[in-house]
Amino acid sequence: MKHVLAILVDNKPGVLTRVSGLFSRRGFNIDSLAVGETLDPGISRMTITVSGDASTLEQVVKQLNKLVNVIKISNITEEPAVVRELMMIKVQAAPQTRSDIQQIVETFRGKVVDVSLDSMVIEITGNEEKLEAMEILLQHFGIKELVRTGKVALLRGSKTTREYNA
Amino acid sequence: MVISALEHEKVTTVFGYPGGAVLPLYDSLYDSSIKHILTRHEQGAAHAADGYARASGKPGVVFATSGPGATNLVTGIANAYMDSVPVVFVTGQVSTPFIGTDAFQEADITGITLPITKHNYLVKDVGELPRIFKEAFHIATTGRRGPVLIDIPKDVQNAVGEFVYPENVDIPGYRPTIEGHPGQINRMAKAIKASRRPVIIGGGGVVSSGSGKYLLELAEKGQIPVSLTFMGLGGVPGSNPLFLGMLGMHGTKAANYAVMEADLIIAIGMRFDDRVTGSLDSFAPHAKVIHVDIDPAEIGKNIAVDIPIVGDVKKTLKRLMKVFKAGQTEKWLERIKSWKTEEYDGATDKDSLKVPNIIEAISRLTTDRKTIVTTDVGQHQMWTALHYCFEEPRTLVSSGGLGTMGYGFPAAIGAQTASPESTVFCIAGDGSFQMNIQELATAANYNIPVKVAIMNNGYLGMVRQWQELFFGKRYSSTTLSGSPDFCKVAEAYGIAGIRVDSPGKVEEAINRALSVQGPVVMDFHVEPEGNVFPMVAPDSPLDEIMDGRDGQ
Repeated sequence: MKHVLAILVDNKPGVLTRVSGLFSRRGFNIDSLAVGETLDPGISRMTITVSGDASTLEQVVKQLNKLVNVIKISNITEEPAVVRELMMIKVQAAPQTRSDIQQIVETFRGKVVDVSLDSMVIEITGNEEKLEAMEILLQHFGIKELVRTGKVALLRGSKTTREYNA
Repeated sequence: MVISALEHEKVTTVFGYPGGAVLPLYDSLYDSSIKHILTRHEQGAAHAADGYARASGKPGVVFATSGPGATNLVTGIANAYMDSVPVVFVTGQVSTPFIGTDAFQEADITGITLPITKHNYLVKDVGELPRIFKEAFHIATTGRRGPVLIDIPKDVQNAVGEFVYPENVDIPGYRPTIEGHPGQINRMAKAIKASRRPVIIGGGGVVSSGSGKYLLELAEKGQIPVSLTFMGLGGVPGSNPLFLGMLGMHGTKAANYAVMEADLIIAIGMRFDDRVTGSLDSFAPHAKVIHVDIDPAEIGKNIAVDIPIVGDVKKTLKRLMKVFKAGQTEKWLERIKSWKTEEYDGATDKDSLKVPNIIEAISRLTTDRKTIVTTDVGQHQMWTALHYCFEEPRTLVSSGGLGTMGYGFPAAIGAQTASPESTVFCIAGDGSFQMNIQELATAANYNIPVKVAIMNNGYLGMVRQWQELFFGKRYSSTTLSGSPDFCKVAEAYGIAGIRVDSPGKVEEAINRALSVQGPVVMDFHVEPEGNVFPMVAPDSPLDEIMDGRDGQ
């Protein structure tokens, strides 16, 4: 099963290693991880998606809570949340296929951010399904390179993860 | 600045070993009133500080240099981490501009010790030092205790800064739960009242939180039998009739049978280690489980819990006693009494020199003193747990979780330093003792009067026992040929050596050792192939006990 964790941590060197180390020690592979500063520059927020059984995850979360640099962990897997990811794709684009690609990009509300004689770079944000659908369509033209940021998530409504208890 | 911080924390003794990257620190130590004990290996310093902390309840402090100095601490740090012992390790590091360049004697010790410290710091700025020391001591000595490491680059040690020691700590990510939930404590009281076959299992948390008195009160008022884990020994007096002995792999029959028949397990400050539970599927099959622990991550980790209580053991027990009512346990206690008569008695054969007899003699001859016993790891350790009568908390100092051979002797040096008025016995094996034998120099140098009793059977006894039982007596690499004459080794350091070969000489030797003012090494040449019984094979149910009587 896939889990999404939102973790508030001290914005200090070595904190990422402490957090990721706990996952690897319990045999979890991190599917995606995104980190960035929050409103408070002393605090960073990590969004981590992992696969694994719920009881092992519970143990990992408890161990994470013991890390002095971890301020708050919210398991928002079951919560109504907006989950987004940004992907950039470098796709082969000859002059004759360029408009086809352009059309797909528009349908997905993506953006062309770079064009060369034989390639285009496309930027798209969305949930996992949308990004995968886009990727499958563009494979047809030949994907040269692809990069994803990993997921970020916010709870829907006015509640914040700081207030969230679980 | 480091020294001022230590003075603010009321540190009186530091164990350590100097080196290049820690020279500025040692230079300021030179003028300080803090006593420094120079061990002969950094591992010795780590274990000594750990033994100091266990015996006194105060945090131990260790200094070591960068690189090999720091890596030599690693076993000692892991040992303190596994047994939740408050020790603050201060290591020198190469100067800030050299970090990450593979400089001489550079090691990433904060990286290396990440999984074996409660927390660690690399100090980048001298201005951070006071806050970091305040935090480090706070983290090490509160909640579930544990080791904290502070790595200080040489240029930061040399830097000058304003020293203001903070009064309070504020760490948003560190707020241990101290008070047990009152509603849960009420449920706990009700469950105890309703139970007919309750068993208390006390662990290291009983000792470290100083709640032996309250646990005993609970046991006596409720007439509830108590078993203790290895780490919990001394938590209630070993001579108390309600005490069942240790449980688990080398637990007593009474303790293990009681757990298997209990309708209620009251687990207090313990963590259901595999050496305690045996096979998890068959552990305490009829029992509801109450689990009190300060570390929420321990609750539900190995065993499903019916009434979880996160909180300090002492506070929880105090609150419990306000609402507590005794249940009916007379029949249960009678049933337990019948098991106690079945206990294995290793002391029947009087002709050969057997370890249980020696340990019982040490126990008998030291009960009237305030005695601390440290051990190494192996057969002699389990025999000590089974045959020494621990009457008070903090009188057993031994490596439980990590099972570190070589722990006992330096830990005895630390315990004796913490408690100069106590008699300190180190019960060792001939294998274990050789792992930190260099600390004889430390004992000699400072005239630390520990009494080392080596149970010399010429084998790595516990490994040999497993080879006998589970590997068809194929004694692969467990014969310790080439060991020295330990008495002569001791004498070479100017330490008294006493050799004992026959059962008749045991008491006399112990009394002689006790009369010596300084350190003593006793070399007991015991029967080579004695086995520790009772024993439950690993991952077996606790009531499948081998007692060695039918050649098992």
